[in-house]
Amino acid sequence: MSSRGLLANEVILLYRRRRTWAMLLALGAVPVLIAVAVRLTSGPPTGRGPAFLDRVAGNGLFVAITGLLVCIPLFLPLTVAVVAGDTIAGEAGSGTLRYLLTAPVSRPRLLLVKFTVAVLFCLSATVMVAVCGLGIGSLLFPVGPVTLLSGTTISAPAALLRVGLIALYVAVSLIGLTAVGLFISTLTDVPVGAMAAIAVLAVAAQILGQLPQLDWLHPWLFTHHWLGFADLLRDPIRWTEFGQNALLQGGYLLVFGALAYGRFASKDVLS
Amino acid sequence: MTGVSDTGDLAIHTTGLGKSFGKRRAVNNLDLAVPRGSVFGFLGPNGSGKTTTIRMLLGLATPSSGTMSVLSQPMPAAAGEVLPKVGALVEGPAFHLFLSGRANLTRLDSADSTTDRSTRTRRVDAALEKVGLGKSARVPVHAYSLGMKQRLGIANALLRERELLVLDEPTNGLDPQGTREVRHLISALAEEGTTVFVSSHLLSEIEQMCSHVAVMSAGNLVAQGTLEQLRAQGRRGVKVATPDTSVAMAVLSRLGLDPHIEPLPGGEDGIVGAVLGPETPEPERLVEGLVAAGVRVRGFTVQPASLEERFVALTGEGFDLVQ
Ligand SMILES: Nc1ncnc2c1ncn2[C@@H]1O[C@H](COP(=O)(O)OP(=O)(O)OP(=O)(O)O)[C@@H](O)[C@H]1O
Ligand SMILES: [Mg+2]
Repeated sequence: MSSRGLLANEVILLYRRRRTWAMLLALGAVPVLIAVAVRLTSGPPTGRGPAFLDRVAGNGLFVAITGLLVCIPLFLPLTVAVVAGDTIAGEAGSGTLRYLLTAPVSRPRLLLVKFTVAVLFCLSATVMVAVCGLGIGSLLFPVGPVTLLSGTTISAPAALLRVGLIALYVAVSLIGLTAVGLFISTLTDVPVGAMAAIAVLAVAAQILGQLPQLDWLHPWLFTHHWLGFADLLRDPIRWTEFGQNALLQGGYLLVFGALAYGRFASKDVLS
Repeated sequence: MTGVSDTGDLAIHTTGLGKSFGKRRAVNNLDLAVPRGSVFGFLGPNGSGKTTTIRMLLGLATPSSGTMSVLSQPMPAAAGEVLPKVGALVEGPAFHLFLSGRANLTRLDSADSTTDRSTRTRRVDAALEKVGLGKSARVPVHAYSLGMKQRLGIANALLRERELLVLDEPTNGLDPQGTREVRHLISALAEEGTTVFVSSHLLSEIEQMCSHVAVMSAGNLVAQGTLEQLRAQGRRGVKVATPDTSVAMAVLSRLGLDPHIEPLPGGEDGIVGAVLGPETPEPERLVEGLVAAGVRVRGFTVQPASLEERFVALTGEGFDLVQ
């Protein structure tokens, strides 16, 4: 790690933390639990439970998709809250921020690097769920061609690509939350406080998204497209929602990135 | 004031520097002038504003008022150019506990985009060696003692050649050997031409290693100059050893001094001490007066002007903090 730049070092720092791996392993356990539960109770599909659950027994590839779906509302946002909340507040709380800044790292560069690392974590989290789901799915269930929502059937390798796309979609969905988290992290020197605030925000946004009285607000919530990856399971793929989601997340990134910069650039580092 | 306009030979120069936290004035109207090549002691009791000043100098905190330049460049505007030339220890060391000392230093060195990557390993190891951590380089920092962490903090300041070292209480938590080693290290660096700005609340420490000193009290700069200049401003004192302390007190008071009884464990003699001012009688007159009043003078010493007396006079005595 001696001849690398700051970004590489921060990535290494993230993955040398036990906490990171604890979270990734917990996420990976979700599809495993789903697969084992389905396997042990292999009766006829009941149609209850999360979407795609009833198709798991027929095709192991659906374990990955179901796993991602189950993780989206709570587990993924929780882990993102921990990583995003820690970005600046964690360094401030442990006092290492003052030594980074006097090294020196310019404040914009530090924000950028920290944000990049957090987004990388989002991607590793969704990939983890997908990979564990594919692994356990192919172990416990048959794997074969997949019948898409549009009725057409594609080969298993082609379906694998779709699973990858869904993992990417979910990771992109988390960018807005990560940007909000980065901003919150610049507000405090207490990382746990930032983490809690971000987690609460993720849950609150989803609750608001359920209230029909707030229809006008829904398209602006960063959670709005979180469960909208079904279009990736059609033939041909419909990219509209992917694009809308990316645009919305990009908007959050711009706004909260600017807010984080505005706050952090002038912040007194007193810890 | 002469020479102040010529900032070329000043490593640190502040004018009217101030910092408020809400209503509280932590640093007030500070005019520091730290000559290049000096070992500059920044002295003051707890809470007098040393660390706050250092944070401003390093661009960590924004001044509420005033301007400053470090290595002849305006701060914080030129932070990106100045800070690579400045090694800093601010308010104790801080590291990621699960990383080794070596990994922590490597991280901080790579954070500075102006460092030479090809020499990084060598420089990190050299810095660790300099502070005596060569053997513990690969141990996670959570297994370090307080003094080892402090040494690691100093090693971070020495990662590359610096023109200026800003060390906030560098000997905090160090054992006597460690303290001595840090003193030697600072002297050696100063001899190579590095300017060292070192804060402390311990006068003895500053006295042993500094060429210049500034004294802070409750956010104000109350004295600044070479060690000799400050010492020369000090006043001589007298000490009288006698069993008749109360009579001696009365006599010295009558002669215009402000005597005090120095606490002394055991023994029947008490010690009465007083500081000599410009208007007080010469010591021999004091002895005369004491003897005339029947005080059994068993010992009489005149103490030369000391920095300690000066420091106490400037910053106040006693445990309660000013403010
Ligand atoms: N983050 C802060 N918020 C509010 N007040 C502060 C803060 N940091 C310092 N102060 C106040 O500023 C004053 C100076 O503090 P500073 O830490 O600079 O003192 P110091 O000289 O370094 O003391 P010490 O020898 O104890 O390290 C103190 O009165 C302190 O209460
Ligand atoms: Mg201090």
